Amino acid sequence: MILDSKTPSGPLAEKWTNHKFNVKLVNPANKRKYEIIVVGTGLAGASAAASLAELGYNVKAFCFQDSPRRAHSIAAQGGINAAKNYQNDGDSVFRLFYDTVKGGDYRSREANVYRLAEVSVNIIDQCVAQGVPFAREYGGLLANRSFGGAQVSRTFYARGQTGQQLLLGAYSALSRQVANGKVKLFPRTEMLDVVIIDGKAQGIVTRNLITGTIESHSAHAVLLCTGGYGNVFFLSTNAMGSNVTAAWRAHKKGAYFANPCYTQIHPTCIPVSGDHQSKLTLMSESLRNDGRVWVPKTVEIAEKLRKKEIKPADIPDEDRDYYLENKYPSFGNLVPRDVASRNAKYVCDEGRGVNETGEAVFLDFRDAILRDGEDLVRSKYGNLFDMYHQITGENPYKTPMMIYPAVHYTMGGLWVDYNLMTTIPGLYALGEANFSDHGANRLGASALMQGLADGYFVIPYTVGNYLATQPYDKPSEDHPAFKQSEEEVKEKLERLLSIKGEKTVDYYHKKLGKIMWNYCGMARSADGLAKAKSMIKELKEEFWTNVRVLGTEEELNQSLEKANRVADFLELGELMIDDALNRNESCGGHFREEYQTPEGEALRDDENYAYVAAWEYKGENQDEQLHKEELVFENVKLTQRSYK
Amino acid sequence: MNLTLKVWRQKNASDKGGFREYKVKDISEHMSFLEMLDVLNEELLEKGEDPVHFDHDCREGICGMCSLHINGKPHGPLQTTTCQLHMRSFNDGETITIEPFRAKAFPVVKDLVVDRGAFDRIIQSGGYVTVNTGGVPDANEIPIPKVIADEAFDSATCIGCGACVAACKNASAMLFVSAKISQLALLPQGKVERKERAEKMVAQMDAEGFGACTNTGACSAECPKEIKLSNIARMNREYFTASVTTENV
Repeated sequence: MILDSKTPSGPLAEKWTNHKFNVKLVNPANKRKYEIIVVGTGLAGASAAASLAELGYNVKAFCFQDSPRRAHSIAAQGGINAAKNYQNDGDSVFRLFYDTVKGGDYRSREANVYRLAEVSVNIIDQCVAQGVPFAREYGGLLANRSFGGAQVSRTFYARGQTGQQLLLGAYSALSRQVANGKVKLFPRTEMLDVVIIDGKAQGIVTRNLITGTIESHSAHAVLLCTGGYGNVFFLSTNAMGSNVTAAWRAHKKGAYFANPCYTQIHPTCIPVSGDHQSKLTLMSESLRNDGRVWVPKTVEIAEKLRKKEIKPADIPDEDRDYYLENKYPSFGNLVPRDVASRNAKYVCDEGRGVNETGEAVFLDFRDAILRDGEDLVRSKYGNLFDMYHQITGENPYKTPMMIYPAVHYTMGGLWVDYNLMTTIPGLYALGEANFSDHGANRLGASALMQGLADGYFVIPYTVGNYLATQPYDKPSEDHPAFKQSEEEVKEKLERLLSIKGEKTVDYYHKKLGKIMWNYCGMARSADGLAKAKSMIKELKEEFWTNVRVLGTEEELNQSLEKANRVADFLELGELMIDDALNRNESCGGHFREEYQTPEGEALRDDENYAYVAAWEYKGENQDEQLHKEELVFENVKLTQRSYK
Repeated sequence: MNLTLKVWRQKNASDKGGFREYKVKDISEHMSFLEMLDVLNEELLEKGEDPVHFDHDCREGICGMCSLHINGKPHGPLQTTTCQLHMRSFNDGETITIEPFRAKAFPVVKDLVVDRGAFDRIIQSGGYVTVNTGGVPDANEIPIPKVIADEAFDSATCIGCGACVAACKNASAMLFVSAKISQLALLPQGKVERKERAEKMVAQMDAEGFGACTNTGACSAECPKEIKLSNIARMNREYFTASVTTENV
């Protein structure tokens, strides 16, 4: 199969406008004859479900949480980018586009990114109209702040809870459509398979998490808005329930998985404190606006710190290494995430880490508090400081925060064309679940932008183009394809319950996470990856013979839910490693130790690797087949990324 | 530290349920409360016993999914969510009682898991601005005074966890409902529908079986997001105004 991105022809700035004119329309009276399934109710899912219902389609929305409002978009802190140029500082749609492609280390599709930048301005308007209480200036207009990877202030925010406010906005729009009867909501329901009939996605099979009932739902189109797969690392900033299962089951049914090795390690997270740790907490990147990142200049001083013989405040400025400011004078502490994370790893690898484990650097607000006063700092970051205080027991107004990189976001995901359709007709992927907009590294405040762009402003146009060619009739849920899928799903659950082994699901998940973090994390090498691959193979085998899942299928059974998800993570882990091994270059979040510049920056190989790696599932324990979508850059000049 | 846990176990909604006692050992003060329960569950699994079911997801205090009544207080001794509560708030040798949130409108599903679907239905009854995607004015078209925007934000930070209901002796949902009514009544975008919204949301709240408010303020005192009691005053004002005036012309 040849991957056709279906990117419209014509000049970059006119592609989307032309495409919107050229797509087929479904007449308003006919929209009610179509049913669309939306899986996931985060920013992408909730905004898509609401917008499609407003247009007149019948929507079924599914989430595994007890309420759509709890999807993990809610935890996004810092902000959302938009090329409004309200600050008169030289921003434009083209600049946002350019920054995003460059930030992604030139591994994203130009046309998609341009469209993203283009609709970014509409998102802010939409959210304000819904009553999202963005931060404002005294004159009553919207406030902005700057974020990593950009030299303009284009980030809109609602204190450190921007994701929450945007999601509650989308959730309110969704709730209105539930009340209107246009959206039927299925909380605590997990999608376990997508059903393909006549080569098209025609529905899904789900498990009711309370009763355990396996059910089929047929539809004319299926939208996967199911987020990323960062929990393959066990420890990440993702929610505990975030999982790859929906996307992975679609992959096994024929949807290609693109660039799985592109994972983002966020530089500002609270360091790991012990083996009991279940998740990592992000400290918003916005903190890097005012906080200064440093470690001691020498290993000796760092050792004294680790032994608690001295306090951070005892170290005079001349003994501090503000390494980001020194190395990247023009971007300073605001370098993109991949660069900031890698440098934190370097200084800690040198033995200059500042906490007991040696895996932490300081994020210091001393100078900001001296300059602006504690009150102003509190008004900007109060909730983040409180959160830090609660988790660590230390007061960041008095002593510098300690931070370390952690897995945060996955740029890879299901391959989609310009219309956000996967390689299965009628199956779409939106938001973090797809691969399309962030290349090999996502810039801060761009995830919220992409989720809402896809849901509010892209899918309402592109899904119509497909549905307009589809008959109104849809297959019955008694169709043999649904029955077969239900059987397969049940069989898998029964198999997990029947193993009755020795070790818990978390035991395997933690082991998998350690392998992924050590060999497929911030730095990767061919040897390490090869080793990791065989380790995962072994682990997978052991999992399927020795995992212990208690209880039954016909009840709320959280161990069974977890086991089912971890089984998919084990398979995904292998594919991530294959992808990382295949990509013999470094780009963005994918850093292969063999490929670096003399300064230790990522060294791309544009000649051989300027493509999207899209993987096709070939069956149980078979190697997947690689398909390439060549990336064409007509508007951006590929250069060695420099933030100096 | 070593602890004794008295945990509410209930097989399903129709089961009567009761407390079971468990011991956990070598708990680090750095663990979160939920991580301590993870330890208990791993031990139970190893012994072949059904793990304790509880709701949780983001574990950073924002999704509102975790609940738990700990030693008689929703989310435990601190004014935060259970996932942000750390074991340094407890002492070695202590006995900790863990129950689900108790309210008629929040029926128990299993063990410590309750059904808070009533909150979704209240939002569906009117907790939104009627605006479709597209065709909205520029975001800076309507300036909003910073104090108003900030006040609306404070109300909007509610995470819908239900601690207010669990804290209230009447199991009233007034704080939750008033936070949404306040946010939208304060902002120009929400003012258009303020009367209808207040009436519909209050009606739905009553239909769900939540109790009345007797102004004890326990809800606000226990709210992990510090939603202020003044929201309830604002809601009462909105509701009263709506009931004595009309938009009909």
